[in-house]
Amino acid sequence: MAYEGVFDALGLREWCDAAGDNAPLSMADLLASTGAAGEGGGLPFPSLDVLHEACPQIVQTRDVTAALENGFLAMRPELKFVLDPLTQPLSWMLDSALWFFTSVPWWVLLPALIYLAWAVSRSRGVTLFVALSFAALGVIDHLEVALETLSIIFVCTSISVLLGVPIGIAMSRSKTVQRSILPVLDLLQTLPTFVYLIPLIFLFSITESKLYGIAIILYAIVPVIRLTDLGIRLVDRDVIEAADAFGMSNRQKLWKVQLPLALPNIMAGVNQTIMMSLAMVVIASLVSAPGLGVLVLRGIRNLELGVGLVAGIGIVLLAVILDRTSKAALARVDRAGKAE
Amino acid sequence: MTMPKIALRGLYKIFGPDDAAMMAHVRGGMGKVDLLEQHKHVLGLQDIWVDMQPGEITVVMGLSGSGKSTLIRHLNRLIEPTAGEILLDGEDVTGLGADALRRLRQKRMSMVFQKFALLPHRTVLQNAATALEVQGVDRKTREAAAQKWLKRVGLDGYEGRYPAQLSGGMQQRVGIARALTSNADIMLMDEAFSALDPLIRTDMQNLLLELQVELKKTIVFITHDLDEALKLADHLVILKDGAVVQQGEPQGILLAPADPYIEDFVRDINRARVLRVRSVMGPVQDGAHAGDVDPDDTLETLIARSGGETSLCYRVVKNGEIMGQIDMRDLVRALVPRVSGRVD
Repeated sequence: MAYEGVFDALGLREWCDAAGDNAPLSMADLLASTGAAGEGGGLPFPSLDVLHEACPQIVQTRDVTAALENGFLAMRPELKFVLDPLTQPLSWMLDSALWFFTSVPWWVLLPALIYLAWAVSRSRGVTLFVALSFAALGVIDHLEVALETLSIIFVCTSISVLLGVPIGIAMSRSKTVQRSILPVLDLLQTLPTFVYLIPLIFLFSITESKLYGIAIILYAIVPVIRLTDLGIRLVDRDVIEAADAFGMSNRQKLWKVQLPLALPNIMAGVNQTIMMSLAMVVIASLVSAPGLGVLVLRGIRNLELGVGLVAGIGIVLLAVILDRTSKAALARVDRAGKAE
Repeated sequence: MTMPKIALRGLYKIFGPDDAAMMAHVRGGMGKVDLLEQHKHVLGLQDIWVDMQPGEITVVMGLSGSGKSTLIRHLNRLIEPTAGEILLDGEDVTGLGADALRRLRQKRMSMVFQKFALLPHRTVLQNAATALEVQGVDRKTREAAAQKWLKRVGLDGYEGRYPAQLSGGMQQRVGIARALTSNADIMLMDEAFSALDPLIRTDMQNLLLELQVELKKTIVFITHDLDEALKLADHLVILKDGAVVQQGEPQGILLAPADPYIEDFVRDINRARVLRVRSVMGPVQDGAHAGDVDPDDTLETLIARSGGETSLCYRVVKNGEIMGQIDMRDLVRALVPRVSGRVD
């Protein structure tokens, strides 16, 4: 009512009425007809819905949401056509990792994992802790689900590193690349974790494991990219100049100077990536990711306090294992770099 | 005169986004201050003409901001010149492509840095072998060469250590060994000893002179320290605000500074220790001689020998040949810095 005069004054009345009010009732219309709304002062904010009331030619807010949705759905076949084959290997990797971790007998797998912890950390304390944690998880019959979670993390972290390190290198080499990628990284870090899942559900079938794989990787890849970029940029300028003065090619500089000197930072990024994929793997259980997250979800859904808590503690144990092992590896790299 | 190893011909460097366009202003006579104020470009080097002879140490000296570090980085084109030519054995290297430039840096020039710039994640031996590694020499050969030079600079037994485990002086020895291992006949030294303690610095200067007697490299040495410059230089170039104010034999510069800037520089120098008999001696005259001295003796040695007696006269003899004579009164006069007729 408040804005009808505006359209009249602009001489748009005829154009407005040409549309005729044939749109279905909106919530605002309903409220207005019950007399509950429209009393909020003389001048409501000129939102789309208010303006629509004054001039039916103007779209309603719900049309904007619908347009976004329809646009996405219209693009879907093409997106799917491109993304499906590209991401298919991810499904295979996740499925085979899950198969591997659940079908190898525990008396082979556990010693192998404990040895792995020893090989990267070279720390007795950490290795002992890993062994005890696995034993504890096994005793309470959570070993299999924990290993499922672990296998997802292995796959997603490896892919994050394989993709993230080259992206970080590209960013460190070019200001333009850095400037175009940074906003994407910011977006990925600030987007609420659940929001990742919505478009993915539309794109892929919920039974495909790549669905949660992509969600985890998108979320967890950010720190390894950032820290690779940072690490390479932080390499001492004098050392780079020396490398140039001795006639190193860009490739030699990268492999002999920049990457080794950036390694502590890159490892810190990998540690963060592992932690973030662990955080995401719980949310990903909403879209059928197996593992401890499923139990947490069951705890919430059925209000089974014990189930949820035990699974939660299992996740904490996994987190501590992964964190300590990767930090011990990082410390080892650091020491080698500084050579005490 | 032999062909200079390195010759700079009218070298200019202007820092800024549109340096080539600024050349017109500079050639038109615009100075550093005006260029900065009116066009926001920094004049780094202007009209540098320097010849560096093979087998000599050319020292470029100047205060910070004088453009000396910029100058040395032009020689291996870590910095690109705005105008002018850099002749290496008579061949202009300013037009070299990326590959040719890399080969030049690998084979013909090596560099020693103020902050050592060693690779912290590699051992002393691996660091010293860097240059050969870049050239693609196999591990055994390059480590044998590195070993040899490490021994030569006095680091026998430190091959397995990491740079952080060594003192500054030792790290710079590694830096020198790394440069020598490349077998390049030109060695660029950018304030190589400036970060070291005075005593260690003297050691390193002696080491360099000792190596130079044997190796006869063409060395370009940057420093802000006049004592160091006078000690090392065969040819001394003094830079101020990106321009050469005076260049020549160091003794000559000391005895005849070209302008007040250099006079200020040389005022605090211990002249007796720097000046040599050959720079002060005169032609042989008849008369009694108190003894024979070498033309390369410092005046200090001679004063000590004469016991402070100023009435004496010495014969200057080198390899049995009489070069001239030196009167102690001339010697004492040479110790007083020349003061031009300026009013402070």
